[in-house]
Amino acid sequence: MTMDQSAPYFPTYRREIRAGLRDIAPVAVAAVPIGLLFGAVASAKGLSMLEVAMMSAFVYAGGAQFAVIEAWAYPVPIAALTFATLLINARHVLMGASLGPKMELTGIQRFIAFFFLTDEAWALSERRAMERPVTGAYWIAMALVLWANWTLSTTLGAVLGSFMGDPARIGADFAFTALFIGLVAGFGHSRVTLVTVGVSAAVAALVHHSIGAPWHVVSGALAGIAAAYLAAPEEART
Amino acid sequence: MTLDTPTLSAIAAMAVVTYLTRIAGLFVADRLVLTGRAKAAFDAIPPAVLVSVIAPTALTTGWAEAIAAAITAVAAFRLPLLATIAVGVASVVVLRNLI
Repeated sequence: MTMDQSAPYFPTYRREIRAGLRDIAPVAVAAVPIGLLFGAVASAKGLSMLEVAMMSAFVYAGGAQFAVIEAWAYPVPIAALTFATLLINARHVLMGASLGPKMELTGIQRFIAFFFLTDEAWALSERRAMERPVTGAYWIAMALVLWANWTLSTTLGAVLGSFMGDPARIGADFAFTALFIGLVAGFGHSRVTLVTVGVSAAVAALVHHSIGAPWHVVSGALAGIAAAYLAAPEEART
Repeated sequence: MTLDTPTLSAIAAMAVVTYLTRIAGLFVADRLVLTGRAKAAFDAIPPAVLVSVIAPTALTTGWAEAIAAAITAVAAFRLPLLATIAVGVASVVVLRNLI
């Protein structure tokens, strides 16, 4: 993966890389207990350490991995697991469409860079894009740290497995939720945003309760998007 | 160290569909020129998705989680990200012991 070739000065790379590392650091720290938890749950479901490592390295999608591990069984229901993965990750299409044009990358670089698309890297980049273009150096610094962090922590979790005890005891299971709340707050509290958040939360919780995972993600997101459309003034700015 | 063929097949299938969702947006983005309400809807994607992922945990698990989520939200507007997470995790531990 090449860095942003259009940047004229080397110090720009360094500044962008530093910004990427600074932004992703708290996210990576918060992801460690989640990764350990995933590895432990997966190994309890019968996956080997190598299988956990491969899933994290190649699929690299925490939400989908947790949902799939929840439903894991032998014989492996490949079609159902793949469909659940597709449903949960369908949000990537919208995220990529939104972020793609804001990144200073050429065509082929985008296809490599977007392998590393995650909620967290995307949310941080969207926030940064409100002020300046997102460079390849910024993105890849975040992406590689988060990818290595996830792969290593989940693999370690599979090794430690039963030694960890109950993750709820130390509140580690709530780290993911707290992280997402922090990221959402980064989008401000305009009227449209508050309406979006309220509607998404209500619909997602209702659908999760009445229909179940993973449908709450798609339905909650679509409801919030529709609410934003209706709440926004017809002409003007957002 | 075991590698089970059906497991590997599932992982490969998951990896392929996930990568396709990641790059699919790049094909439609260039054709999207948005203004007004459509732009508001598009800009709402980030918070809508993030909130939907965590809403069940935050709202329907129990009082401890719901109150901790509210505390975390208040903290989120005042503190940096890592401190926000620390507040969230600490409050859920305390609340689970109280409630």
